[in-house]
Amino acid sequence: MAMQAHEIENLLREAFPQASITVTDMAGDGNHFAAEVQDESFRGMNRVQQQRAVYAALKGKMDGADGELHALALTTKAPD
Amino acid sequence: MSAQDQIKQTVTDNDVVLFMKGTKMAPQCGFSQRVAGVLNYMGVEFLDVNVLADDDVRQGVKEFSDWPTIPQLYVKGEFVGGCDIITEMTMSGELDKLFEDNGVTYNKDAAEKIRAANA
Repeated sequence: MAMQAHEIENLLREAFPQASITVTDMAGDGNHFAAEVQDESFRGMNRVQQQRAVYAALKGKMDGADGELHALALTTKAPD
Repeated sequence: MSAQDQIKQTVTDNDVVLFMKGTKMAPQCGFSQRVAGVLNYMGVEFLDVNVLADDDVRQGVKEFSDWPTIPQLYVKGEFVGGCDIITEMTMSGELDKLFEDNGVTYNKDAAEKIRAANA
């Protein structure tokens, strides 16, 4: 079961209500996306912590047992 | 020995370990290929663990690092990151510093070439 960009954005929006979120469909197959999340909560976190928070927001969609989401290129940062 | 213990042992016994899909000479996934490629190009000695060959390790390593994707790079037992993070660290020079801080030999010129080529 592939995913839509807006589904990913909704999941991220739930976890990061004030964040600036951009989700791009990289291959049109519902499986390869890029997402950029800029959120105040990331300030002071290192990259691994930031991205762990984003993966947690995706609640197991990432390469999970039924692997809806195979590839998600992630960029995370705190607003400048 | 459980997958968790096996993984713990592997990352403790080897300075640099890359859990990846495929092997360093025959990566099976674009993301694994990119990280293995960077390490190969920078002349870094590393152990490649093909998670496709062992599903317990493939699921176990995600639990071990609380990180849902492959590849996963470990230096001196510490989880460093996946493809995005390693790419960013390569471009920013943080990977060079991480290797220097951990006494991992690598080719500085090669790292500079990667940055120049992708600037």
